[in-house]
Amino acid sequence: MAKSKHETLLKTPTGISGLDEITNGGFPKGRPVLICGSAGCGKTLFAAQFLIKGITDYNEPGVFMSFEESSKDLVENFKSLGFDFKKLQAQNKLRIDHVRIERSEIEETGEYDLEALFIRLNYAIDSIGAKRVVLDTIETLFSGMGNMALLRSEIRRLFSYLKEKGVTAIITGERGESSLTRQGLEEYVSDCVILLDFRVIEQIATRRLRIVKYRGSTHGTNEYPFLIDEHGISVLPVTSLKLDYKSPTEIISTGLAALDRAFSAQGIYRASSTLITGSAGTSKTILAAHYALSSCKRKERTLYFSFEESPDQLVRNMATIGINFKKAIQSKLLHIHASRPSLQGLEMHLMVLNRLLTELKPRTVIIDPISSLITIGNSSEVGAMLVRLMDTLKMNQINALFTSLTNDGSSSNDNPTVDLVSSLADTWIKLTNEERNNERVRSLLIVKSRGMGHSNNQQDFTITAKGIHFSTPNKK
Amino acid sequence: MKEKAKGKVKIEGKLVLKLYVSGMSSKSMAAIENIKLLCDEHLKGSVELEIIDIFKNPKLASEQHIVFSPSLLKKLPLPQKTLVGTLSDTKKVLKALGITIE
Repeated sequence: MAKSKHETLLKTPTGISGLDEITNGGFPKGRPVLICGSAGCGKTLFAAQFLIKGITDYNEPGVFMSFEESSKDLVENFKSLGFDFKKLQAQNKLRIDHVRIERSEIEETGEYDLEALFIRLNYAIDSIGAKRVVLDTIETLFSGMGNMALLRSEIRRLFSYLKEKGVTAIITGERGESSLTRQGLEEYVSDCVILLDFRVIEQIATRRLRIVKYRGSTHGTNEYPFLIDEHGISVLPVTSLKLDYKSPTEIISTGLAALDRAFSAQGIYRASSTLITGSAGTSKTILAAHYALSSCKRKERTLYFSFEESPDQLVRNMATIGINFKKAIQSKLLHIHASRPSLQGLEMHLMVLNRLLTELKPRTVIIDPISSLITIGNSSEVGAMLVRLMDTLKMNQINALFTSLTNDGSSSNDNPTVDLVSSLADTWIKLTNEERNNERVRSLLIVKSRGMGHSNNQQDFTITAKGIHFSTPNKK
Repeated sequence: MKEKAKGKVKIEGKLVLKLYVSGMSSKSMAAIENIKLLCDEHLKGSVELEIIDIFKNPKLASEQHIVFSPSLLKKLPLPQKTLVGTLSDTKKVLKALGITIE
């Protein structure tokens, strides 16, 4: 996987989506990698996925040496993730060796070594020609044994054995109080160390991954969020996507003829992103609903993320202004996904979105409102997620529309999401509801529209039983 | 054996022992020597000892859950015990094997 003269270290793809991007190609080939983290952070799964994907995707047989779970438990636990250990074992691509140590049955009667473990491991590797090895969790060996110095030197020997053998190995270790692992395994594994973290911030659980050390290779240094779902672990390398998506020239309608006319191209570009900002009660959702309905009229699948209203309420409310969502839902063109932003962590939202994107393959996605997401993370996290989200939508050639709530009265955007999204969005429409001559007047202003001219007039509108109606004629 | 045990040997039932060694390593040799001495001195006729080289039978190592070498497995009488190391600590060995010397 060496890409250039400078990157001479050979890499082994990890099989964990997103991780190869961060590590510039994967783990160091033929070297041990230490994965550490506290209990329940996903170490075993991480290791198992590395092994299974190695077999299924890269044809590299693997050995799983388990010091904790029995081979039966492992088979059961990973069945739900679609990892068929039994089949792979039958195909001689996988060996599971459960190293069971019954402390109560063991008596130390003199000097000993771990030669038996070496022999077992060597036998397992040679019997299937393994290229990948997992040792989960080797520190179990230490508990209850008297001769720590001996075990340490044996572990050191084990790591140099693995290197000599040329297998890419994952060694898992439980996080210690003052060190990365309880037994200081990081001293022996000097090539690549990855830290997994599971923490709860403001009642929301998030998983994070960080590459602590990667000798001889460049790597991302951030903390990357990762997800565990039915497909295993995926890491979100939030900043590594490139700006190389295609840009169609086809024009689509915003759902309002009068608004379309305000753009010189008589509409907006397909697969472009539109941002609608405005304070509370400025009809952002209604505009979004028009947009959704026009997509359904084009017989294009539409996915509507509602973070404030339930699907039922949204359907009822839109019906009163003549926007019939019911029909669109029945014809399976419209899918409304409602959830409270605080219900899940940020990554979970992104994951649900990604999953729905693959399942439904929508041509149009609406997120109403995107500003709700800011309540569930700090602004840099939300920012990174939004960039990722927009790129995903762009790459899939999806028409995107986001609404965002802004505070009243402030001329500058004190809301960081608006700042960020407005610079990323291709079209930005600002809605206001201001008092003029003892009357509240709704109006719309196109702030920007990339790649086309647009009206610079503020256009007043009213909400009628047939939706938005523009009261002043549009001029170009 | 560093210290010779004296007195009458008491064993409950026949001992079934399996010693797993790794080749001709010094630790393996020491364990073999120690267990043979013990058998000759105290356990004549009441012990069944098998010495297995896991280098030659690597599969057995995993089947019998051998991690440390050398390892002496006491199969019978129950409960099973695993004595790891060179078996040079005679007191511990005797105790673990359930042998009392009066």
